[in-house]
Parts: sequence; structure tokens; C-alpha cells
Amino acid sequence: MAGLFSNSLHVPKNVDMKDRLAEFWREEASDPVKHTLRPIVTGTSVLGVKCVDGVVIAADTLGSYGSLARFRDIERLMKVNDSVLIGGFGDYADFQHIMKLLNQQTVDDAVIGDGVYRDAPSIHNWLRCVLYNRRTKFNPLWNTIVVAGKTYSGEPYLGYVDKIGVSFQDKSVATGFGSYIAQPMMRRALEENPNMTVAQARDLMARCLKVLFYRDCRALNRFQIGTVTSEGCVISEPMSTDTDWSIGANPSGYE
Amino acid sequence: MYRNQYDNDVSVWSPQGRIHQIEYAMEAVKQGAATLGIKGKKYAVVVALKRASSDLSSHQKKIIPIDEHAGISIAGLTSDARILSRFMRTECLNHRYVYGSPLSISRLVSSVGDKAQTGTQIMGRRPYGVGLLVAGCDESGPHVYYICPSSNFYECKCMAIGARSQSARTYLERHKDNFKDVEDLGELVAHALRALRDCLPNDSELTTKNVSVGYVGTEVPFTMKDDDEVAEYLKMIEEEKVAVPATGEEETMETQ
Repeated sequence: MAGLFSNSLHVPKNVDMKDRLAEFWREEASDPVKHTLRPIVTGTSVLGVKCVDGVVIAADTLGSYGSLARFRDIERLMKVNDSVLIGGFGDYADFQHIMKLLNQQTVDDAVIGDGVYRDAPSIHNWLRCVLYNRRTKFNPLWNTIVVAGKTYSGEPYLGYVDKIGVSFQDKSVATGFGSYIAQPMMRRALEENPNMTVAQARDLMARCLKVLFYRDCRALNRFQIGTVTSEGCVISEPMSTDTDWSIGANPSGYE
Repeated sequence: MYRNQYDNDVSVWSPQGRIHQIEYAMEAVKQGAATLGIKGKKYAVVVALKRASSDLSSHQKKIIPIDEHAGISIAGLTSDARILSRFMRTECLNHRYVYGSPLSISRLVSSVGDKAQTGTQIMGRRPYGVGLLVAGCDESGPHVYYICPSSNFYECKCMAIGARSQSARTYLERHKDNFKDVEDLGELVAHALRALRDCLPNDSELTTKNVSVGYVGTEVPFTMKDDDEVAEYLKMIEEEKVAVPATGEEETMETQ
């Protein structure tokens, strides 16, 4: 495959950048080896908060097709097993691929039937390996995944892993727009209430998603909240919050 | 067991429904020096009798650490044991890299079993001529597994293999229901050494030179004790009398 700066791109060396780019895109279109170029159907922010009695994650149910709010009833939260939930941001097809791989893991474990299962840190680690490996091959899975769940000893766990293989754990995580708008809200809430319970976190999620709906053009006022507690993992039915658009009646500065 | 026309290849069944090559491979374990493993409440312990092929050479190592949470003791062809232990180490390492947690012992043992099985079925290959006692600790506690040259594996409360190991098995059978309540490591090792003592050839005794001890616990990584470090454990059983005299048996030198 001819890269933008490689010698095999059929353009003489003394040609300027504009023509080089044009040639590159012409070649790309006919290139039989397909690598991920850009995400097509995308999901926006996923939020997560770790509490004393569990973990709460949330995501809206929108699959955007660029700026078109095309698929308004998709599930971006997935239950992996009784200890782990994941939320997917980014390309939805790649997220479906990840869901398929994770399902296969769970099925394989069930088939062996020895009681061994993957806890949240294990799934997080595994995802990190997969995503980093794909990025190294220059064919990324265009996602940021939030991993929420329990460790083998029952401790709450919240992790983040993205398309370039960056992975970490934190008390609150957010992807995309959420990391700019919701993360400060979640951090302040945790600062004021370090022993947040799962019930309080669910309210926090709803508040954050409401602000995201106001501010993120690719968000939707229809979302799911997933909860992990000692009883197991539950993903809620889709729900909405009330919004007040009255200040939008008389905008200024958009003449 | 004598030679017959169905024992040349591992891919040949006898009319009685046996594969003689596999049974012959299991004989190789009986040629090796004795080793045994016991599972307690919090610890899994292996002890081994090391053999020296001559007065000039050192005693053959029998216990091989696999990972922080597992180790093995071998009886039979040492070179085959090296291959299997290398395989087990890479399996454990890969699992830790991908999942960030130790490989559960049942999965480790079954992956060895799957690998060993190919040698019992494919034409031109042979079974691994070594018995492995796997001592490990995972989410479900301590475990002792025995992997046979037939590629079968068994989870055990306690197990003894190798030359003259029947005497050790007798001791273990008598005490097997007590082991699950033993919390103290020293007590468990003492049981193991008492059983090992019954496997000695005539005119021999347990010394720091010919005994190896390995143990692993829920909070304790796999640790191997050799030479002087074994002295404290030997002291624990010093005053006790030998329970059952060992029966004499042929020893061959190539297998340890």
C-alpha cells in the first residue's frame, strides 16, 4: 500500500503537497487492503462512576451517521457476565465486533464449565491487549471502552481503554464529549461525597447526560444506566430526562 | 508386561483394547525417584527424593517452579519434564500478560493434558515419559494435580509417584482425610516427609542432600527449599521411628 510519503506513491518527488494528497486518495480508493480509515456509525459519550457499593455506567442510545441522528434505539452498554459491564464509544460496528469476541469468551468459559470466569480487571486487560494490537497493525478498532465491574474479591472496578491502547482505572471515567463536560461534574460530586452510593450515582449520571444532551450535538435524550453491585449486573430500560429549551427561544449572536 | 505384536506403535490398539506404548510410558514414571504432593487448607506442598547418578555428580533437581502461584515435581524422563515445564511457564506468562491475573490451575493442567494427548495418538510420536505433580494455588484455593504420561490428569488430595511410592501412598491413604484441615505449613511438610521416608531404599535416610521441598499458599508464592534450607523440616520428623520398611526394587540410572 502506498503511504502518503512512501516512494511507491506514483507521483514525482518535486510535486507539491496538494497533488500528492490527491494522488494518495485516488490510490486509497482502489487499495484492496482495507484498513480502518474513519468511524461510520458512532456512539457518543460513555460515563462511569465507582461507588462504595458498586459501579454505575451510562450511555445514550444513539448511533449517529455523521451529523445525522440515524439509529436512535441502539444499545451501547453490554453485560459481559455477572461481574462485568462494558460501554462503547466510537464506531458501532467495531463495538459489535468487540461484543461478539467478549460473548465468545463467556461461552468458552461456560463450555469448559470449571467455574472459572473473567472478572472486570481481566476483561480490561484483555481489551487493552486487543486494542493495542490492532493499533500497532494500523487497523484500529475505533472505540473507547469503559469497563465496569467487580474484581474476584468483590471490589468495585472501573477502567478505560481506547483505540490507541491507552488504559487506566479511575473513580470516574468518561469518553468523548463526556470527558470535557461530565467528568468535571462527576469529579466534583465525588469530592463532595466520597462515599457515593449506587443510587446517588444513578442520579449523577442522569444529570450529566442531561447537560451532555444540551451541549453535545451528537447526543440524544434517551439513555441507559448500567449498575454493578454485589447482586450482579443490571442494565436499565431506556429512559429520558426532562429538558428546558426556553433559553433557546431568543439566541443572540447568530445573526 | 511382556512384548507382543501390538506394542510397537502408539497408534496401534491391542485386541484387549489397550495401547501398550502408553502403558510402557507410564512405567517410566515408576523408574524415577519418589515424589509426592499434599493439599492442605491453605497450602499445597510437594516433596521429592533426589537421586545422584554417581557419587561425583549432584543430585538431580526434581522440583521446578512454574509461576508465582504454581510449581511441579517430576518423576521420569527429566528432558521431557523440561519441555513440559517450559510449556507451562509460557502458558502462565501469556495468561498473566493478557488477563493480568494468574492462570487457574485446572486450566493450566488441562492445557498440558491437551498437549500431551497428541503424543498418544499421532503416528510416529511418543508419549511424554514423565509424571508431573502440580502444586498450585488459585481463586479456589490450593490444588495438587497429577499428570500422567497417558495425558490423563487427576486432581488429588494427595499423591505419590515414582520408585517405591506404594509405601508413601499407604501412609497418605491413612491420613488423607486429615489434610484438608491442616492450616500450618510445617505440619503439612512433616506429613509429606514422613510419607517420603517410606520410599527410601535400604540403608538410606532423608538428608539435606537428597530431599527437596516445594510449597505454595494462597498468600505465599511458590517457594523451593533445597540443601541446608531443608534441615528445619527434617528436624521436625527426626525423632519419629520409620513406620514401614521400604521394599527393594531395581533402579535405573537414566531416569530421575
